Amino acid sequence: MSGFLTIVLIGLVFVIIYQIAKASEYSTVLRGEEKINRRVNRSMALLFLLFFVAGMIGIVICHNALSDKMLPVSASDHGVRYDSMLFTTLVVTGIVFVITQTLLFWFAFRYQSTEKRTSFFFPHNNKLELVWTTVPAIAMACLVAIGLRNWVRETSAPPKDSMVVEVVGKQFNWLIRYPGKDGVLGKRDFRKIDDANNILGLDWSDKDNMDDVIAQNGELHLVVNKPVSLIIGSRDVIHDVGLAHFRMKMDAVPGIVTTMWFTPTITSAKMKEITGNKDFVYEISCDQMCGKGHYSMRGTVIVETQEEYDAWMAKQQSYYALNNAPATPAAPAADSSAAPVQKTDSAKVLTMK
Amino acid sequence: MSNSVIIEGPNVAHGIDTGDHHHGHEHHEQHFITKYIFSQDHKVIGKQFLITGIVWAVIGALMSVFFRLQLGFPNETFPIMEKFLGEWAKGGKLSPEFYYALVTMHGTILVFFVLTAGLSGTFANLLIPLQIGARDMASPFMNMLSYWFFFLSSVIMFISLFVQTGPASGGWTTYPPLSALKEASLGSGVGMDLWLISMALFVVSSLLGGLNYISTILNMRTKGMTMTRMPLTIWALLFTAVLGVLSFPVLLSGFVLLIFDRNMGTSFYLSEIFIGGKALPHVGGSPILYQHLFWFLGHPEVYIIMLPGMGMASEVLSNHSRKPIFGYMAMIISLIGITLLAFLVWAHHMFVTGMSPFLGSVFVLLTLLIAVPSAVKVFNWLTTIWRGNIRFTVPMMFALGFVSLFISGGLTGIFLGNSALDIHLHDTYFVIAHFHIVMGVSAFFGMFAGIYHWFPKMFGRFMNNTLGYIHFFLTFAGAYLIFWPMHYEGIAGMPRRYYDYSAWESFKHFDNLNAFISIAAIMVFFAQLIFVVNFFASIFRGRKVMVKNPWGSPTLEWTTEINPGHGNWEGDIPEVHRWPYDYKDDGNGNDFIPQTVPLRPGEEAH
Repeated sequence: MSGFLTIVLIGLVFVIIYQIAKASEYSTVLRGEEKINRRVNRSMALLFLLFFVAGMIGIVICHNALSDKMLPVSASDHGVRYDSMLFTTLVVTGIVFVITQTLLFWFAFRYQSTEKRTSFFFPHNNKLELVWTTVPAIAMACLVAIGLRNWVRETSAPPKDSMVVEVVGKQFNWLIRYPGKDGVLGKRDFRKIDDANNILGLDWSDKDNMDDVIAQNGELHLVVNKPVSLIIGSRDVIHDVGLAHFRMKMDAVPGIVTTMWFTPTITSAKMKEITGNKDFVYEISCDQMCGKGHYSMRGTVIVETQEEYDAWMAKQQSYYALNNAPATPAAPAADSSAAPVQKTDSAKVLTMK
Repeated sequence: MSNSVIIEGPNVAHGIDTGDHHHGHEHHEQHFITKYIFSQDHKVIGKQFLITGIVWAVIGALMSVFFRLQLGFPNETFPIMEKFLGEWAKGGKLSPEFYYALVTMHGTILVFFVLTAGLSGTFANLLIPLQIGARDMASPFMNMLSYWFFFLSSVIMFISLFVQTGPASGGWTTYPPLSALKEASLGSGVGMDLWLISMALFVVSSLLGGLNYISTILNMRTKGMTMTRMPLTIWALLFTAVLGVLSFPVLLSGFVLLIFDRNMGTSFYLSEIFIGGKALPHVGGSPILYQHLFWFLGHPEVYIIMLPGMGMASEVLSNHSRKPIFGYMAMIISLIGITLLAFLVWAHHMFVTGMSPFLGSVFVLLTLLIAVPSAVKVFNWLTTIWRGNIRFTVPMMFALGFVSLFISGGLTGIFLGNSALDIHLHDTYFVIAHFHIVMGVSAFFGMFAGIYHWFPKMFGRFMNNTLGYIHFFLTFAGAYLIFWPMHYEGIAGMPRRYYDYSAWESFKHFDNLNAFISIAAIMVFFAQLIFVVNFFASIFRGRKVMVKNPWGSPTLEWTTEINPGHGNWEGDIPEVHRWPYDYKDDGNGNDFIPQTVPLRPGEEAH
């Protein structure tokens, strides 16, 4: 009931506002429309210009308030090039922004209607139009050139010596698989997935799987200054591996393997110093809407030295050893999806490598 | 300014009907139902689209208030929300499921029901026959069907808000597998089916309308109205319709395949999925296929939303500057350029989906090309107001605001269209800021300029000026306050569509900013209510229009009676002799020459 009353009250307030506004309009007519209209025109022109001034001041205030909340210096080599390109684009668009907005608000104010003014009949001018078709075209060509150079570099094949890690998304957490000593990720098949003892559906008939390590807490350990190639997949819906501090991002798509590679350049410990935040941590955010827990799908990245990494890895047990899984292949999945497995046995070639 | 006599009231005009028209358009009293409900009069259908659009806009905006409350104040409870949302906001705390439902429906409603149907549905219907000099659309019946399919689609979408598992909640893009699998999300249940049915009907409505607009413009122009004498609004609406007719069917095909995947066990979009504790039998499909089909409409859709605003802003800027639009031909050519390129850039929404990087680079090039015709338009608008004689009327202020917002939002598109920058900015608040400014607020400003400008033609009354100015400044300031700081959040990598950021070390320090944005958003919501009240109250209580051509405009719609009946012109349809932007001295103290006035001896046609 009180909700209904509130709505009625709000409605009433608006009706009153309308009546007042209407009364002011009638008084305008009474006091001589022509004169009042001129005055309104003048004050609106002025207000419009003031809006621009306030807006420009606002931009500065906003920038000052937020500039220390931005991301710290990029933690990957791609990211360094990224930041410089972002800056270039900001400068180019910033110049265009200031010029065009200034002209817009200034022209509007300068050429406000007065009794004496008549407009200038100026329907077209080919030379002008040619200029402002060509100049943006050239500017765009430059930005495209910078962009494509970076894009080709970012999406090129990873260096031969890069470490390989698999990142798999599921509702709503990240599973990280390390290839173990052999450096090879074994085959997996979504039909072999079992939440109890084979969370990624590793194919135990593939010997490469035996030493693979799976971190279920979403901790991605990387070695500083060593290129890493992420093999990205998803168990259920589309997710996205978002690495804001490394300026990288790639979707995790069920049924498709996606990849991205970069070289982390700053260790987590160093970044804590740089940011002066002892709780600092590189985070993996899911950047593609994946359901009700999307906002909580968080992973972390720990960039460390080779020694620290080796020491950490030495403590990890392989997923096989951890679960002491039965040696017979496909047994874990047999109970839940026996029929499709048997029927499409030949489809196992679809498994990812 | 006045150039005609005063005729008052809607019924007087009928009184002077002498009945000797060669066209058989009727003037006898129509039944209420055929006149206002199942009407075939393009003007009434336009108003139906507009009013339905306004209702949807209020609902969609209210949803944004609810989810902004959650984003701005994640630790507070708002008992009032429970009143509106019931179980979904138990104790005044929005549930994550319904947060995502609200986000999804906000997008769907605003993009399709308000800024597509509500915008081009309204103004294509109202303006095309009036500005080209036709008595009605090519097929008034199809036109009526177009509205009623939209209405049906609206009803189904509205019902979907109340189903037990909630409305669709996979984002307005409804990517499978999330939207295809009931196990993946509550909203992928019945709500999603209703969403798909509603959208399919919406496509039907859009096609019926679009085909009508195109054939009317191409075939039913009055004598002398060559294509290059059409106002830019008509050019813009023509290309809007072309975009819709060519791209909506592709969207429909995407939806049909999704319906098959959901209900008939096909695997167009599904492959190798383990969900709800079991592996699904689907193999061989590709979720990327859906994204291609979706964005093949999705990107032209952006221009379906933008072009009408561009056309109306051009018209309003020229009219209220008392100066011809600068570079009329360049404006048309840039519209053509935008329309063609609109079909060739869709995959810039998919740079990080795992699509081939080479394909990505082609789309970078094509995407940034669109900046060229857009820049031409901006410079032409600026030159149009340069050395004008500017009347700061409410529609003019919205048109100026449109240009300002179009610049701000357009420039950030240069960041997102460049894949090497998109790789970090994709799906962050930068994207939210970009598209809300350019195709959200800017398109709305074009629409408001149109509504304030043509309200006298629609209802024979003016909207209230004082409220109009208040509405303008609150909205203009509010829009920048909401969306400008979001660019910073986006560059800081803050992902969109998060229910709560407080667990994130990288994003939690934006909590005060989020609260600030929420307050600004709520303020803007109430500012829009001022508009809604102004709109509906002015229909009945607004100042009456006393002259046929209150804005001093050369175009044809202002040669009709103040309240034109079905058929638009009382006598013959006027003949057109000149282009629509002849803002020059007519020798009688007027600063414009209507299109119906023959060229004076020695005067050159534009």
